[in-house]
Amino acid sequence: MAVVPSDLTLPATYVRRGRVATYIRRHPTIVLGSGLLAVMVAIAILAPYLGTVDPQALAPAKRLRWPSAEYPLGTDMFGRDVYSRTIYGARVSLAVGISVALLSIGFGMAMGLVAGFSRLVDAIVMRVMDGLMSIPGILIAIALMALNRASLKNVIFAITVAEVPRVTRLVRGVVLTLREQPYVEAAIASGTVTAKILWRHIVPNTLAPVLVQGTFIAASAMITEAILSFIGAGTPPNIPSWGNIMAEGRSVFQVAYYIVLFPGICLSVTVLAINLLGDGLRDALDPRLARRL
Amino acid sequence: MFAYIVRRVLATIPVMVVVAVFVFALLHLSPGDPAAIIAGDSATDADIARIHAKLGLDQPFYVQFATWAWNLLHGDLGISIFTNLPVLKLIGQRIEPTAALTVSTLIVSVLVAIPLGVLAAWKAGTWIDRVVMLFAVLGFSVPVFVLAYVLIYVFAIATKLLPVQGYVPLDEGLRPFLSHLVMPSIALGLVYIALIARITRASMLDVLAQDYIRTAQAKGLRDENVLIGHALRNAAVPIATIIGIGIALLIGGVVVTETVFAIPGLGRLTVDAILRRDYPIIQGIILIFSAVYVLINLLVDLSYAVLDPRIRY
Repeated sequence: MAVVPSDLTLPATYVRRGRVATYIRRHPTIVLGSGLLAVMVAIAILAPYLGTVDPQALAPAKRLRWPSAEYPLGTDMFGRDVYSRTIYGARVSLAVGISVALLSIGFGMAMGLVAGFSRLVDAIVMRVMDGLMSIPGILIAIALMALNRASLKNVIFAITVAEVPRVTRLVRGVVLTLREQPYVEAAIASGTVTAKILWRHIVPNTLAPVLVQGTFIAASAMITEAILSFIGAGTPPNIPSWGNIMAEGRSVFQVAYYIVLFPGICLSVTVLAINLLGDGLRDALDPRLARRL
Repeated sequence: MFAYIVRRVLATIPVMVVVAVFVFALLHLSPGDPAAIIAGDSATDADIARIHAKLGLDQPFYVQFATWAWNLLHGDLGISIFTNLPVLKLIGQRIEPTAALTVSTLIVSVLVAIPLGVLAAWKAGTWIDRVVMLFAVLGFSVPVFVLAYVLIYVFAIATKLLPVQGYVPLDEGLRPFLSHLVMPSIALGLVYIALIARITRASMLDVLAQDYIRTAQAKGLRDENVLIGHALRNAAVPIATIIGIGIALLIGGVVVTETVFAIPGLGRLTVDAILRRDYPIIQGIILIFSAVYVLINLLVDLSYAVLDPRIRY
């Protein structure tokens, strides 16, 4: 699909082309996923140059126009251009996905590392995480949003709180197995300071599973953002996110389903891309699991 | 065995305590005055003071927690700010549609997902397997409301096969009851089906590689008997686990599904409570949903001994 065959005509880079072809054959999901994702990221970055108009510009006289040459994806009930809103919405949704993934990995990793190395902290932190994990994530986010003013920062914070327990548990699990490894025991026996053991021997080994987890967090965070916005507890209405656009299209769905359709497709494709990338990375980084899941 | 059950039941207590403390602390951890946020932008000082008194925010922190926990232990979830009715009563009124929706989704999902997963594992590596796995990835990627709207458009607006939205209680007839539940259950169940199918396939692949499966095939058993009698039985524990854990997805999805299909259940109550910033209701719903989730996973844990008689505690 996104595999560009243009350099097949260039005979010079025979060896390199062979490698690329092998890589694509071995990891088709990584290539497809990262290709699709790259397209969405490019769309988000280049939003002002893609023939868009101001996504907030109201035109009451041109309400609910069906897709046409002038409005490729039609207009909503305030006459705003759905195409421009959807393109700009990519920025918000991707920003939420990436920020939540980075933040929850940061916090989760810090807590997981400490819990894995200190029995006392472990007992406390893991009880709290067990409790938090028994609250469905979306409800944590809803509760936090209900008490905070709607802003993009609060949305990111609320979803992060819901995602941190899973990362913490993952990292702690990896640390507990690593701690029993001979090379870590050797490092402890030779008097290496704990901080150095963590940084040199433990952290690098947690990166692969955390990276995979991070992609899935980004995907689920984007869906959670859309759900929060959709039920009116998310991104404030003045910022066009995919969830917001769909929420606003809800009331006119029967006469103008395109308002819900296009952002819905964009969100699904982006989340699909990230999930494919995550699946591919997991297979590539953990060959034991590769065939199974 | 009995000792294990007691220990496992007792282990749910600290979990629920953390949930309760979290739900309570939420109100106090949020920056600014929660009463002012609940009251909204157009509130007067008197409104804010009234909410302060109602939520007990004018008392010391530890008194508030003690009162709240004491009431909670007596089944008192507080009073709704907007309607002035007890939260427990409001929740009780809304439980039936949500229970109907989640139970029907659960049944449909398990009946679809396990055969899909078994089929994919049996035909591992073939196009059947690939199609099932592709479906599973898609299931994780399409948000529940997007699928819901596609279903509404296709089955309600374009072909008029099913009602667009709404809920009809069971005592008004089985047919309308079911016809109103078909689309919500499919929309809500998709991600759950994807999850269960994936784990079923993984678990079955593990079991199908075992020697006793080869023995069963060698002695001439038919494929169905090997797959269901020998393989699926032994693959049941991870499948049961994921069915329990996946309930969290259902609970999250219920909020959205009920909004899209205008079902007057707990999810709809949640959304109304958010819009009115009726915090006691949100607290009550989180507690109830979390308790259900913990209880289901407790039952799943206890079911291991039934599913796999080799497990002795």
